[in-house]
Amino acid sequence: MQTLRRKDILGLEEMSAEEITLILETARSMREIIQRKIKKVPTLRGRTVLNLFYEPSTRTKASFELAQKYMSADSVSVAGTSSSLVKGETLKDTVRNVEVMGIECVIMRHPVSGSANYLARNVEASVINAGDGMHEHPTQGLLDMFTILDKKGRLEELKVVIVGDIRHSRVARSNMWGLQKMGAEVVVSGPPTLMPPDLEAFGVKYCPDLEEAVEEADVVMALRLQKERQEGGLFPTLREYAEIYGLTSRSVVKAKDDLLIMHPGPINRGVEISSELADSPRSVVLEQVTGGVAVRMALLYLLMGGVKEE
Amino acid sequence: MPGTLPPSARQDMEGGEKMALTHKATVMDEKGIMQALRRIAHEIIEHNKKIDDVVLVGIRSRGVPLAKRLQEYLNEIEGSAIPLGILDITLYRDDLTERQEQPEVHITDVPFELDKKHVILVDDVLYTGRTIRAAMDALIDLGRPATIQLAVLTDRGHRELPIRADYVGKNVPTSRSERVEVKLKEIDGSDQVDILEQTKD
Repeated sequence: MQTLRRKDILGLEEMSAEEITLILETARSMREIIQRKIKKVPTLRGRTVLNLFYEPSTRTKASFELAQKYMSADSVSVAGTSSSLVKGETLKDTVRNVEVMGIECVIMRHPVSGSANYLARNVEASVINAGDGMHEHPTQGLLDMFTILDKKGRLEELKVVIVGDIRHSRVARSNMWGLQKMGAEVVVSGPPTLMPPDLEAFGVKYCPDLEEAVEEADVVMALRLQKERQEGGLFPTLREYAEIYGLTSRSVVKAKDDLLIMHPGPINRGVEISSELADSPRSVVLEQVTGGVAVRMALLYLLMGGVKEE
Repeated sequence: MPGTLPPSARQDMEGGEKMALTHKATVMDEKGIMQALRRIAHEIIEHNKKIDDVVLVGIRSRGVPLAKRLQEYLNEIEGSAIPLGILDITLYRDDLTERQEQPEVHITDVPFELDKKHVILVDDVLYTGRTIRAAMDALIDLGRPATIQLAVLTDRGHRELPIRADYVGKNVPTSRSERVEVKLKEIDGSDQVDILEQTKD
């Protein structure tokens, strides 16, 4: 496959293995640009991108903005707390207004699941979902796969364990869809209260015992634990969570020597992952960040680089 | 629309076409290609007194095996290894907003410094000059070479930019409706340069 024949990137559930492969291969070429002294190519000169973040974000927003700069696109960033976003204007009106100013691509993060799909249906610009509620975070899923592929050389037949709050995690959803499409086996672990009720629909295995789950695993991915979930009564204390489901040298004792340790960030050290493991040579947390810029450059190129079919 | 070219004029920017093509003439065979490249290797040495500062950069895709062969011939003559890099110019093209088919991006791999080097850019066919323009922009983003020189296996004319080659394997006069097809063993299984004529279906 040469071209991505779609207007938007909304989630990995709807994407084919061929499309994911094209994105990951293009990202590999983009990474070379990031390693240059002059990190800029003229490809998207004169094209305009809007970054619309209705939720706080540091790394995803910085990563998208850097990708835009490296590709020479012009960009406008609007944060959720500013101006019309709090004046009660609807999402559709906001974007239609900026669209007539010549925006060709909108990157959006929004707390409501499905908001990216809604936006995509209502505007002509390409939409890249930068995380919508508990639905999907496709660029995170893609950068995780990019990192695994880079380190392991393949995705097929790898065993990937995702541990933590699967239920509320869009990162987990995108990774479950994407990794399985690429032929990996996905096992989830974490307290039963943090598992989605429809877990079977994802086709993944649930293994409540973390130590057992990581046995024979090639990759383990810890998810960020949102502390407000504790108030909802889904787990008793952070300490107890860390004790049972935190990644520590003890929990990975049965794992392979070349186990990759991943985390989408930001890390709660000592909760989802111990400092010792987060800073160990097996951890690829920082590689995930560089991969993120490359993947986002690839998506901008694939969505905006050619002529859209009329 | 400014800059819009007839499909035939895009040949050196894109690989394949979907029009009916018939063989008109073979202009170079295996031996011809070898002799042309050997001669170019000698010309490069004559032209660049300090061969230590010379580097080769092949433009994807067929410029890469050609640059590799030049590297071998230069090594045979000079006995020193000339560095070789690979350039993908996709992200520097001037027609990305006009094409229907989006070109695939491949890796650029220039694993050495270009500053103060004499860069020999290598490609198979010199035509409109737009590929070379893009390649020069890409090179300059990687460093500041002392000179950029251009070596091509064939020059078929019809330039649209003020660009010329320093080393030419063979000048192949063509009309715009014709196509020059370079086949190389490394990619296509055999060495040959043909002129194809476009005929309407």
